Amino acid sequence: MPTEIIMPQMGESIAEGTITKWLVGLGQPVERDQPLLEISTDKVDAEIPSPASGVLSQVLFAEGDTVEVDTVIGMIGAEAAEPAAAPAASTMGEVPSASDASPQAVGGATVTLAEPSAPGDQTLEERVRTSSSPVVRKIAKERGVDISSVPGTGIHGRVTKRDIVQYLEQGAVPSASEAAPVSATPASAPAAPQEAAASTASSREKDSASLVTTETTIESHPVTPKAPERAPSRGNDELSFSVPAYGASENVKIESMSRVRRLTAAHMLYSRQTSAHVATVFEIDMSSIVTARSRAKAKFQERVGTKLTYMPFIFKAVADGLQSYPKFNASLDGTDIVYKRDINLGMAVAVDWGLLVPVIPNADQLNLVGLARTANDLADRARTKKLSPDELQRGTFTVTNPGVFGSLYGIPIINQPQVAILCVGAIEKRPVVMTDADGNDSLAIRTMCHFCLSYDHRLIDGADAEKFMNRLKRTLVDSTWDELDPFLG
Amino acid sequence: MRRELEVIRLGRVGYADAFAMQVERRDAILRGDATDALFLLEHSPVFTLGRNAAEKDILAGADWLRQNGVEVHESDRGGQVTYHGPGQLVGYPVLNLSPDRRDVRRYVRDLQAMIVQVLKVWGIGARGGEGDRIGVWTSEEQPRKIASIGIHLKRWVTTHGFALNVATDLAHFQGIVACGLHNVQMVTMEELVDQGPSLDRVSDAVAEAFCSVFDYPLPAPTLDISANPSEPKS
Repeated sequence: MPTEIIMPQMGESIAEGTITKWLVGLGQPVERDQPLLEISTDKVDAEIPSPASGVLSQVLFAEGDTVEVDTVIGMIGAEAAEPAAAPAASTMGEVPSASDASPQAVGGATVTLAEPSAPGDQTLEERVRTSSSPVVRKIAKERGVDISSVPGTGIHGRVTKRDIVQYLEQGAVPSASEAAPVSATPASAPAAPQEAAASTASSREKDSASLVTTETTIESHPVTPKAPERAPSRGNDELSFSVPAYGASENVKIESMSRVRRLTAAHMLYSRQTSAHVATVFEIDMSSIVTARSRAKAKFQERVGTKLTYMPFIFKAVADGLQSYPKFNASLDGTDIVYKRDINLGMAVAVDWGLLVPVIPNADQLNLVGLARTANDLADRARTKKLSPDELQRGTFTVTNPGVFGSLYGIPIINQPQVAILCVGAIEKRPVVMTDADGNDSLAIRTMCHFCLSYDHRLIDGADAEKFMNRLKRTLVDSTWDELDPFLG
Repeated sequence: MRRELEVIRLGRVGYADAFAMQVERRDAILRGDATDALFLLEHSPVFTLGRNAAEKDILAGADWLRQNGVEVHESDRGGQVTYHGPGQLVGYPVLNLSPDRRDVRRYVRDLQAMIVQVLKVWGIGARGGEGDRIGVWTSEEQPRKIASIGIHLKRWVTTHGFALNVATDLAHFQGIVACGLHNVQMVTMEELVDQGPSLDRVSDAVAEAFCSVFDYPLPAPTLDISANPSEPKS
């Protein structure tokens, strides 16, 4: 008979704990009362002893995960039990860096991020959702309810005691307010009137961050992408059209979208319907930055304690351009143009479970050291789910970097309510025709990068975009990066 | 519930030695062989990495560490990276919070309240922080951090504790990203009052405030190992 490992209650007002370390590996034997894992709340770390002797047969949450009190976080099985694999998210806190040019930022539209899939028949979501507290499972068993059919409002959509009680009371029809976070399509979620269209982006970001930290915020902020008053397909019935996702005879497997996936999907569609997207692509010579970086990177790492990637250079050039062309750092509010006085750069970060866009506040006031530190810190904490909701809000312009995955360039979707987004392509060597002062041509090997700017043509004209991009190009090509002098040698 | 606290003053002691003493005491408490204890001491210069610390939070290079005689230790307390050294009063309460005080948030809050009470003796206004900002901060317009907290629990017996900057050389904090928070300004009691208090006087105040906040009878006599190393009470 396997024994459950439960997230203990560490104090009266404490609703959750964070797993800091599994002290015993999956499949390893453990004695009753032997320290099994460490959890932390506030600045207190606590060793949790094993509730039984046996082997650690199941680990349901990874290091860095924050879990509601009384939740089953793993199982101690009998000696011979086959160890069940941890969910895909449980890389035990270590996310391998895919490329030197971290943070691994990716294009909103250009890169598809697969949901982590768990081995076995259940999807990860089902596994997590059904790993409810013993109380919930007891009720479910007694009343013959399939937990996976109950809408969950807990962390990661987990079914809480209140959810199941409500589900039973209402004869399997949850109340509208409770159903919001799990309703099948964002468009069918009840509209929250206090949320104006312009705030949709931030509420979406807030939500995806809340997923990481607390349960209550999620419930109070159902995403409400404001559908256009007359969607084209409904405006003309004769042209309305839909294609079924699969036919009756097709061999398919169906799993429901995670919350982050749904929010991302809703935001992308909303943005497409809101902004008049146009894109322009520049190829920029990065050779001087390559030289500056390679000369400084070793000392930089040693002194600053973080990696010097290409991104701080790009952030700096972008912040510089936004200062000169404030239109790119604006939003549209009906017929008003809202110029944002702060330059807060969003940076898209690919995480195991989707896409997050943490924000570097006042990026124009930071030097390369500050930008590198902030960007790497935000990327690290995005991957370890340690961002606070604040850190995902108030972005005024976004930079995305699918180039780290090899893309030549992508054409990104604008992060609402912003009006432009810059996509950084792969940084690689190419033969380039160079013309010297006397007009002689020669072929040279240069490190080049494609930059694609998507902008909202409602506000920004082509000529504006060309000026902005030319300015970016001049900064990237001509800057001497003197501030790296202390790191040379 | 009647409980007793033994206050043990260790003087200047290395990080590893102090940790060994805490573990020994904790094991004795878990066996039912000892009362709660409060170790008060001063460390030789050391950076310690808490459970949530990253190596990158130490900005100083190996050369700097060697030149300044600063050691680096990993630690099983909560929190991130911090500095301990001369002029800083370190307190390691080894308390059994079971059965009636099993609340980590309350324990941290009580530690903060205790330090706030000590600072009040010298007329320094301060308050405890929450979440990322656990510790004690001055009540200035731009609060500065005057004391850090990091705790470890094993079966509700505490180890590690707090570090109060009495006359710490703050330059050493520049070698780290204190507590993982960038832009944290540290401050010492010495900087805030005209007559800088001595570590001994602050120790007395801590022992007294600790007993009042945590409801122990004032311990008498206190045991000072640095003065009288041969008589540990059993």
